[in-house]
Amino acid sequence: MATSPRETMLARIRQAAAGGVSQAERRKAVAARLAEHPKGIVPARGQIDREGRVALFTEMAGRAGARVQRIATYDALPGAVADWLRAANLPAEVIMSGDPRLAAAPFETTALSIRNGASDGSDLTGLSHAEGAIAESGTLVVLSGPDNPNSLNYLPDNHLVALSADDVEGAMEPFWQRLRMHYGEGAMPRSVNLITGPSRSADIEQTLLIGAHGPRELVVFLIG
Amino acid sequence: MHLTSPSFKENSARALADAPLQRALAKVPLGFIDKRRAAADALPEFEALRDKAVEIKNHALKHLDLYLEAFAEKVEAAGGTVHWAADAEAARAIVLDLARKRGAKSVTKSKSMISEEIELNDFLEQNGIQPVETDLGEYIIQLRHEHPSHIIAPAIHVNRDQVEADFRRAHADLDPQRDLSDPRSLLAEARQVLRRRYGEADMGITGANFLVAETGSAVIVTNEGNADLTQLLGKCHVVIASIEKIVPTLEDASQLLRVLARSATGQDMSVYTTVVTGPKRAEDLDGPEEFHVVLLDNGRSAMLGTEFEEALRCIRCGACMNHCPVYQTIGGHAYGWVYPGPIGAVLTPSLIGVEDAAHLPNASTFCGRCEEVCPVRIPLPKLMRHWREREFERHLQPAPMRWGLGLWAFAARRPALYRWGTSLVAPLLSRMAGKKQRFSSLPLAGGWTKGRDLPAPEGKTFMQQWAERRSAAGKAKA
Repeated sequence: MATSPRETMLARIRQAAAGGVSQAERRKAVAARLAEHPKGIVPARGQIDREGRVALFTEMAGRAGARVQRIATYDALPGAVADWLRAANLPAEVIMSGDPRLAAAPFETTALSIRNGASDGSDLTGLSHAEGAIAESGTLVVLSGPDNPNSLNYLPDNHLVALSADDVEGAMEPFWQRLRMHYGEGAMPRSVNLITGPSRSADIEQTLLIGAHGPRELVVFLIG
Repeated sequence: MHLTSPSFKENSARALADAPLQRALAKVPLGFIDKRRAAADALPEFEALRDKAVEIKNHALKHLDLYLEAFAEKVEAAGGTVHWAADAEAARAIVLDLARKRGAKSVTKSKSMISEEIELNDFLEQNGIQPVETDLGEYIIQLRHEHPSHIIAPAIHVNRDQVEADFRRAHADLDPQRDLSDPRSLLAEARQVLRRRYGEADMGITGANFLVAETGSAVIVTNEGNADLTQLLGKCHVVIASIEKIVPTLEDASQLLRVLARSATGQDMSVYTTVVTGPKRAEDLDGPEEFHVVLLDNGRSAMLGTEFEEALRCIRCGACMNHCPVYQTIGGHAYGWVYPGPIGAVLTPSLIGVEDAAHLPNASTFCGRCEEVCPVRIPLPKLMRHWREREFERHLQPAPMRWGLGLWAFAARRPALYRWGTSLVAPLLSRMAGKKQRFSSLPLAGGWTKGRDLPAPEGKTFMQQWAERRSAAGKAKA
């Protein structure tokens, strides 16, 4: 009987990798690591209190070229978005994610024209809601899903992101734990987007240029 | 890609005489080296994270079959499909089959070294499918019909004015009077042209930096965002990755991510690190309808359990080549295959055979900088030495080199003879060198003296000087 490519490849790897250790023992080691997912070394930099994390995130995101604006409440968000667009001389049009926190914000009090859904690439400005952020590196964590179409992160020239200050963690690891709690062990949303600054390329003579395929501007509205 | 490793010596000579290439290469050390240093220094845990990275990769390699099985199970649970490719031919056939099933006419691609390794672009073109590279550097070299000369900066050998000329040639439908003198206008033009291509593509192919066994996810890292657009807009997302990209858990991937970007570009994190798992969910508003992972072996399992296994820890950051004096001098194309620099000098003989790659492990001064900066501490000089030993065992070196090594080995095993011999030759060479104490030419050393002078020995051997200093020190004490 002919064996499948899968079986042939796995058999060859097994033989080379096992190094005399019994299969039962190897299986045990693998099962343990997958179940325990040991953390390893988490830099001390982000292991600080809430305000410290918010300050560190703001600093690190700024260093990566993002703009961070802190506002007190979700009620202040629509105005802040409208002000930013006006200051940047952009049309008052936004494609917005369906996140309930955004849906509940009083956008009707502004002159903004809001559209919901996925972007077809013609939108200048997108607004999504982050799951949280990583202070250690100034990184936003944005999950795909019906509420946050992935295209909003990448297609519009200007990516605006709402972020609750309570969701700023010190490191990446707490988010893996959160995802396990929410989706179950070993399950994930289609895409977890870790975003650190606006898109860039240094492929021409190593000159760093902002605004490659993704957004040219990344603006974070940090709430609370 | 066309293999030219056997003519490494001629390739290098050509590279040295290539003025635009030398102009481009002069910039390599300026950017990468200082940025890596600064990023590493700014993180107190960096060295400990490197140790952790080594531990994780070693553990994953020791249990590779089991983690691959776990990975495949999770991919399928998320609605994706895993394809197993023992070699390049199998991988190409799988990708072509997927493209044909979707009736694909064009595919977008995000930078992937595996794609280079399996020569995917040429193959797709031969079969009537247009591959479109979307990473700016890859796009540039695709227009130039070249191959990457660096694993993370594929167009590092190209100068701005050359890119401008290529764009004017390739984008003939745009206004010929447009100003492209600023690199920013080149980037904007590529962005505009490629946006259209994303929309036309029926399939998007990306590589992967890591595959996570725990979740069946591919972790894809870019600065441009092109991998995200490739998978998002392509309707069918195909990940091509080699088997050693597996890590056990998301936490393990996080440890490696902390050393990857710092070692590569000196960033704390690359702009986009995306963890993708399966196709678009039923309730999602966007994303690909299909998700496939092609797992490629292509010679890697033969490295497991050998002294070359350590090279499979490589996370493709490019630090070894950035810091290599040989790479800095000749660039990546001279190495003649997919992977240049020190890691290429170790991987190429493993993957295509040492007969064709015999020069590469010899193209090193063994200065050790590559090993010093490697985030996963691959002992690159040691592995190159292993290849040299194998070359000697298999009589792959030219006869004069073998005789020379044989003669040296004979003497080196007989210390008295060795000392006697060197004590005769050292003063002789010193006298021959005259007042300058340097040779501008010397028989049998033409390869060295053609480019620089050979300093002459100072007249006495190390052992003689050592004995004299010891006895002088003894007298001084007494």
